[in-house]
Amino acid sequence: MRRDIFQAIADPTRRAIITLIALQAMTPNALAENFHTTRQSVSKHLRILTECELVKQEQKGREIYYSLEIEKMKEIDKWIAQFRKIWETRFNQLDKVLSTIKKQKK
Amino acid sequence: MKTDLLFDFTVDKSTKMVFITREFDAELSLVWDAFTKAELIDQWIAPKPMTSKTKYQDFKVGGKRFYAMVSPDGNERWALQQYTSITPKTNFKMYNAFADKDENPELPGSEWDHTFSEQNGITKVSITIYNESLERLERILDGFTQGMKMSLSNLENLLATLSQK
Repeated sequence: MRRDIFQAIADPTRRAIITLIALQAMTPNALAENFHTTRQSVSKHLRILTECELVKQEQKGREIYYSLEIEKMKEIDKWIAQFRKIWETRFNQLDKVLSTIKKQKK
Repeated sequence: MKTDLLFDFTVDKSTKMVFITREFDAELSLVWDAFTKAELIDQWIAPKPMTSKTKYQDFKVGGKRFYAMVSPDGNERWALQQYTSITPKTNFKMYNAFADKDENPELPGSEWDHTFSEQNGITKVSITIYNESLERLERILDGFTQGMKMSLSNLENLLATLSQK
């Protein structure tokens, strides 16, 4: 099942997980130690993040390590950047309008 | 124009909110006018190459602004804004919805909240936008992207014509 990437960052615990695994690959147990929550709960969040293709898993011996798919994170940036661009253009135009009016008043 | 003016833009897709904060190098009353008087709004609200034209505006609670975003090929995208709250030179709220050319709104729309404050001649405007539907947000983006592409292809045609001479 594939989920919307924005579902991944909609939850504060998942955002914290993303921040942690952005620094280094971690096991679910190690992640659970950082939160007041159960390993089951962390596993549920990791499953959602995996379904969003935001994390990748790597088996090392008996442990599974989770790390961040940086390229996928950039999708979020791109989506937001498009809206930001529209407003940037608008506000630059407004700066010009304001400075024109100020000059006329003088 | 000062380059150190604050510009902050964040989207919280889970709560369907957009938060925008921007500072302007002008006194509050002027910035307030630029956001609330149609003849000024039309001069900046449409990102180039789009243009904005207001058919009518009645800036009072319950009053409306009926306007169109016009793309370079002359395509008009009408929208209707209804003012829901006005505190002069401090805050105003409105409900914005796409509409047909006969002013029939297409719901759902979006709720806009603007707050103004001034410090040392710099005016800060904070805008929050709540969109009932994220598809709607993406539709807005589509409109502007098409407008941009249109102007680029116009430019291409112009360059092609000029280079033939």
